[in-house]
Amino acid sequence: MLACFPFLMAASESPSTPAISPPASAAPPDDAQWTMPAKNYASTRYSELAEINEGNVKNLQVAFTFSTGVNKGQEAAPLVVGSTMYIVTPFPNIVYALDLSKHGAPIKWKYEPNPEPAAQGVACCDVVNRGAAFADGRIFFNTLDGHTIALDANSGQPIWNTHIGNINVGETLTMAPLVVKGKVLVGNSGGEMGVRGWVKALDAGDGHVVWTAYNTGPDKEVLIGPDFKPHYDMDKGKDLGVTTWPPEAWKIGGGNMWGWISYDPDLNLIFHGTGNPGPWNPDLRPGDNKWTSGIFARDPDTGAAKWFYQWTPHDLHDYDGINEQILLDMNWQGKPRKVLVRPERNGYLYVLDRTTGEVLSAKPYGPVNSSKGVDLKTGRLMANPDKKTGTGKVVRDICPTASGLKDWQPSAFSPKTGLLYIPHNNLCMDEEGVEVNYIAGTPYVGMNVRMIPGPGGNRGAFTAWDIAAEKQAWSLKENFPVWSGAVVTAGDIVFYGTMEGWFKAVSAKTGELLWQFRTSSGIIGQPVTYRGPDGHQYVAILSGVGGWAGAIVSGDLDPRDATAALGFVNAMKDLKNVTTAGGTLYVFRLP
Amino acid sequence: MRLGFATLLSVTLALAACQREERDTRPQSSLGSGGQPTPVTALEPGGQRPSPRDNKAASFEANAFHLSEGKRLFGWFNCSGCHANGGGGMGPALMDQKWIYGSSMESIHATIRDGRPNGMPSFRNMIPDDQIWELAAFVRSLSGNAPSSAAPQRNDGMMPHPSENRMPDAATLGKSP
Repeated sequence: MLACFPFLMAASESPSTPAISPPASAAPPDDAQWTMPAKNYASTRYSELAEINEGNVKNLQVAFTFSTGVNKGQEAAPLVVGSTMYIVTPFPNIVYALDLSKHGAPIKWKYEPNPEPAAQGVACCDVVNRGAAFADGRIFFNTLDGHTIALDANSGQPIWNTHIGNINVGETLTMAPLVVKGKVLVGNSGGEMGVRGWVKALDAGDGHVVWTAYNTGPDKEVLIGPDFKPHYDMDKGKDLGVTTWPPEAWKIGGGNMWGWISYDPDLNLIFHGTGNPGPWNPDLRPGDNKWTSGIFARDPDTGAAKWFYQWTPHDLHDYDGINEQILLDMNWQGKPRKVLVRPERNGYLYVLDRTTGEVLSAKPYGPVNSSKGVDLKTGRLMANPDKKTGTGKVVRDICPTASGLKDWQPSAFSPKTGLLYIPHNNLCMDEEGVEVNYIAGTPYVGMNVRMIPGPGGNRGAFTAWDIAAEKQAWSLKENFPVWSGAVVTAGDIVFYGTMEGWFKAVSAKTGELLWQFRTSSGIIGQPVTYRGPDGHQYVAILSGVGGWAGAIVSGDLDPRDATAALGFVNAMKDLKNVTTAGGTLYVFRLP
Repeated sequence: MRLGFATLLSVTLALAACQREERDTRPQSSLGSGGQPTPVTALEPGGQRPSPRDNKAASFEANAFHLSEGKRLFGWFNCSGCHANGGGGMGPALMDQKWIYGSSMESIHATIRDGRPNGMPSFRNMIPDDQIWELAAFVRSLSGNAPSSAAPQRNDGMMPHPSENRMPDAATLGKSP
């Protein structure tokens, strides 16, 4: 608080600088490394490096490439610590350390965790991994078969290995851990398998589980106690994680946490979303299905919940609530507020007061017809009754799709422009609820889905959103969903990739395309930028199509079945014609 | 003459229709019974020898009742959760011509019963043996490998693809006749 206030004052004095910036404690001055996928605790994915700028970006060229040897969806962010780059591959989750101080960045070490191959059969949407995290000389990462592992960053030797996920109930780990105050925060995947969601804090020193917070069930297992003060009445009451479900349904009700966590050191709070309720067919779970498709603020030391807000009560369309949250301080209607900005899967760009969970703004950032807005008095999403799904009923043209207006692909924020750069989808779908049996370790979905391109026919978009003005600044149409993350720099360049395989640099101010490079496969990874040992700025991206959107290629699915890959294949029938599976790191620099 | 041909045709059709409906009135209900071990490779040192056929395979794969039961069970046991309606998802596509562990009834039966190492679970303790054969027969129908007189004809709800009795043989797709 003390640290960030003078910065806010300084920013508001200069009219050319937007008075929106991350708190200094969560986004310290750039050390030109990249130690966690989101860049910093505020999750800005903003780099202060400016050697590459609007004038010279057209000269970018390949510095080196590296084949991961794994041709599955590459969603991970490469990390750079000192003169070493670390990458973690999709299953079998190999970790490579590359020596950036040597010509061609040779392999420094390689670690193979040898996860159980059967884990591939319970991973809902390709066998991805969203990256590792670095802290205190260690690399922390998750394996698909449910292990969190700490490696010595220097030698690649394992320090501890904790088994926290059970594939026989359908549990996998795909997210990147976040290390906060000596604790490694990890959540489970399995929302399509009836897995009960949780977040665990593991001791960074020895890997023991310090606390576990479930996202469904009785208050004491959700770590809801006397400190829990949700802003809205709909989230108040005893044991809502039990009473808002049919009997026992919360035990197989999803609410998994496989996305992003942010941390505010001043408030001593972590913020994490919760995934969709299971099964997808809503007739099998009447009620609000707490605490799914929402967001928790928790004390990182104990896991105790401070507040909760439910983006999508009684979710009808697989709207997981696990996207990234960007922590910013700004003036909101004349008053300084500590906010949390969330481009949510249900299609709304939320601005929340992160001290209380109050919704300040919720505006659609693309086509939405599954709901009619958010009631700012009650905080409740107003679901559109015309788009309500159920058993034996086909509901057509629901926008956005199960994959959301935006899925996991993280956005970036520049304090120079005040804009949030959002890679996202533009898709709609037909849904038919069907009966489903719960069989542990098998899918628990109960919905036939087929997706189609959204209004305009472009299946993806890259949108710059003016947070203060609550409206779009500019938007670029993309043929395929933009399933890659974004990074923005002080050189006013935004980088992102397309599923055809183009790696693009556009102007942060106007969106003008300044440079692009065709990589060997479609891009669904997270770009990063860093200063190399030679003192120059580099940009790195993993190329390799896959994930849910690209499963048609990485899993060789058959486009004649409209419902393949939970309906995504129907919207991606032509992807096999433009790209093939891959797994290659590309690193760029100026000549 | 024309009358004779029509009679012959209808008699033939009627006979086929009889086979289509033929089935055991006392199904074997034991869980995960033995069955013939099936090689999953065509590579056998010294040359391939035909593996003996299981007599269940032939009687189930051309039978309308078993195919229709297979289609129901495919949803019931959540096969569709991973393989969708044949196009695949978490698991591989079943309607194409690619078979990782063999395309015979015996191979598919063994895959469902015993599982496979890269993610296919073993259902030996969950699905009665006859129902595994029914599932195997339906899986073959997804790639056009079941007689169209016996394969399921339509869905009650959303049609994800042409009905199974109109599925082309996947092995001939994209090739001129």
